[in-house]
Amino acid sequence: MKSRTKEARRPGIGDRCMIMAGAAMLGGCVQIATPDKPIEINLNINIKQEIVYKLDGDAKKLIEQNSGIF
Amino acid sequence: MVKQWKPAGWAMAAIAATAAVGLIVPSAMAQRDPAYEAARSAGQIGEEPTGYLGFVSTPTPAVRQLVTDINIKRKAAYTSGAPQGSTVEQFAFVTGCNLIAKTKPGEKYKAPDGRWLTRDASPPVRDTRCP
Repeated sequence: MKSRTKEARRPGIGDRCMIMAGAAMLGGCVQIATPDKPIEINLNINIKQEIVYKLDGDAKKLIEQNSGIF
Repeated sequence: MVKQWKPAGWAMAAIAATAAVGLIVPSAMAQRDPAYEAARSAGQIGEEPTGYLGFVSTPTPAVRQLVTDINIKRKAAYTSGAPQGSTVEQFAFVTGCNLIAKTKPGEKYKAPDGRWLTRDASPPVRDTRCP
């Protein structure tokens, strides 16, 4: 009985569409207001992701050991 | 005439002193030059994605000299430290990613689009290839 009353309270298909459309519009607005990243000008460096991760540890060590110049 | 030197007390002391200097120098090198630290925190200079320092505003001759000197030392460090299978530029770039990540709030860094940004509490804007 309880579940039926809950079902009766659920918004109809029309209402749901309105909510979704509203959410989509809101989402669109947020994206325009806060672009997640600025337009990128790629550095003229050719580097594969696997090399980046391989070099990361060495880079951290280099910074630690030469902290006067970093 | 060849004199035979015995490891006398003074010689041992000299060796100990040399060893001590060897230990002291790296720790002194590990500290940033106060002028460098000041230029960083004043936002006159900043970290670039290339792994080198750049000028945010027209530098004084002293600051220009300081940055040139550090960048030469950095290049030497990247050159000698680049592991097999990677280039100096690649190693410098990955170090640059780390250096930008390590900037303190108030310090400047260059975003991938070329703008100088001031680091705040949020993560810095870095190249998408950064780890």
